[in-house]
Amino acid sequence: MSTLEIRNLQVSVNTETGAVEILKGVDLTIKSGETHAIMGPNGSGKSTLAYSIAGHPKYTITGGSVTLDGADVLDMSVDERAKAGLFLAMQYPVEVPGVSVSNFLRTAATALRGEAPKLRTWVTEVKDAMDALSIDPSFAQRNVNEGFSGGEKKRHEIMQLELLKPKIAILDETDSGLDVDALRIVSEGVNRAKDANNLGVLLITHYTRILRYIKPDFVHVFANGKVVEAGGPELADKLEAQGYAEYVGS
Amino acid sequence: MSVLTTNILVPHGREESWRFTPLNRLKGLHDGSAAIAEHRSLSMHSEVTPGVSFERISRELLPSLSTTDDAVMNRVREFSLDVAVLKIAANTEVSSPIHLSRKTFDLNAAEFSRVLIHVGSNARATVILANTGDTLLAEEIEFKVESGAHLTFVTLQEWDSKTVHVGKHHAIVDKDAMFKSITVTIGGSVVRLLPTVEFTGPGADAELIGVYFATAGQFFEHRIFVDHCVPNAKSRVNFKGALSGDKAHTVWIGDVFIRANAEGTDTYELNRNLLLTDGARADSVPNLEIETGEIVGAGHASTTGRFDDEQLFYLMSRGISVEDARRLVVRGFFAEIITEIADSEIQDRLMQRIDDELVKAGA
Repeated sequence: MSTLEIRNLQVSVNTETGAVEILKGVDLTIKSGETHAIMGPNGSGKSTLAYSIAGHPKYTITGGSVTLDGADVLDMSVDERAKAGLFLAMQYPVEVPGVSVSNFLRTAATALRGEAPKLRTWVTEVKDAMDALSIDPSFAQRNVNEGFSGGEKKRHEIMQLELLKPKIAILDETDSGLDVDALRIVSEGVNRAKDANNLGVLLITHYTRILRYIKPDFVHVFANGKVVEAGGPELADKLEAQGYAEYVGS
Repeated sequence: MSVLTTNILVPHGREESWRFTPLNRLKGLHDGSAAIAEHRSLSMHSEVTPGVSFERISRELLPSLSTTDDAVMNRVREFSLDVAVLKIAANTEVSSPIHLSRKTFDLNAAEFSRVLIHVGSNARATVILANTGDTLLAEEIEFKVESGAHLTFVTLQEWDSKTVHVGKHHAIVDKDAMFKSITVTIGGSVVRLLPTVEFTGPGADAELIGVYFATAGQFFEHRIFVDHCVPNAKSRVNFKGALSGDKAHTVWIGDVFIRANAEGTDTYELNRNLLLTDGARADSVPNLEIETGEIVGAGHASTTGRFDDEQLFYLMSRGISVEDARRLVVRGFFAEIITEIADSEIQDRLMQRIDDELVKAGA
């Protein structure tokens, strides 16, 4: 049982005209097995929340805390956060020229498990993960995210989620740019990871579409750098009907 | 011992072609002060197959095929004991690579070495020259690639830390012939190479690719010149370099000359440098001179940058340590070129050396 606690998190980014405050005191608690949807308009700071938790160097934490089972996440390097059990499925996964998917996955699994996975079982493990997401086997020899279509990038992210078995996963607009079939395949991958590892999920999205496939236990409306309303799945239905106008105008 | 019979101008460092080179570290290769060695370091390791010969011919019988105003190359022509000639007869297809090597010799006497690699019409071959150990070497390698022939030349500067190596690798590429060179420079104290190409028939094609990795105190210079002096020839140049450590210095010059009669020329050259630490310096100077507008294409690009933070973040967000993430990125950066070498043992050996240099440099 793991708990990710975000308390009064404040984050800014440096721009040419000085520091700009993006997160203005975020409070969230995500436990193993729970799925929290964060919904909000563009520019509300949803991605900043995701990247700040993962430790992207672009963001400066100006206040608050993030802990995983009591351990100070903000004090950890990026790789230490992954080792502690956090995973970020990125909206724009990065191309790494000259590094094959196969080499990348094995290096990551070795780092997270503390030893190199046994070759024979590893090959099967990767093949099964690829099959489950309808990924062509030739994928393993391609360079990480290089020349991948939008859908391929997202499947590759969820394949990593299934292989690397984190405790808490943050999915940053995993649904963006996916057609209906790809959305279903990717969502099924997330649901498998939830069932297999009692994963806690922080699902960041602009649209309610993905919530038909991945059922949230809690829905939080995010606007202007903080959570402005929290509720159950019924809150998503209200957003579906009314949009975000109520939250952004104020 | 030869007496100096020609009047070779000694470079002083202000000349355009010498302005980056640390002349005081050349151990007298450039000014005639180096003692002349009696050894011949080049040897062939492959079995001699039909159509392939390797022999030494008196230099009086075999003058150089090209002209040069380079002081060190003029000394090579003056002082070489003979010319090592690797010949692949016309229409011969050599299936596996021909292996040549140079190993450790004297650091106090300079070897002046002339080599000719002659590939007859419609022949095909790959030649791999591996340089290891420490030595003091000035070499001129000329390639005569006859019409319709294909030659791939791989030169590996895997020297130890004290080598001073100055070389010109000049390819003369005839009608519809293809010359490809892969230049790898990852060892030595001072390495200055001049990969140059001269086309002698239309439809000729040259591809010069390479990697270099300089660590603290190393100076590696690659000075490319492609002379488009015939119509409808094509050239591609792509060199990638990494630098790490104090006073690591690399120089890449890419000169391409499209003469007035070279209509239909298609050329592109690219140099990318990755600065892994502070204190290193990468000079990159592409230079395109065009005398005719009737061409297919001519372009160049040069970039010098640091590690991409987004790449490192992505890898580290999967639990990979910063050291391993950097290693992956550097390996990936070089892989594009290294994987072009058709020998997986050599690929692995070079990648291992690059890993070792990275660890040593603490980048």
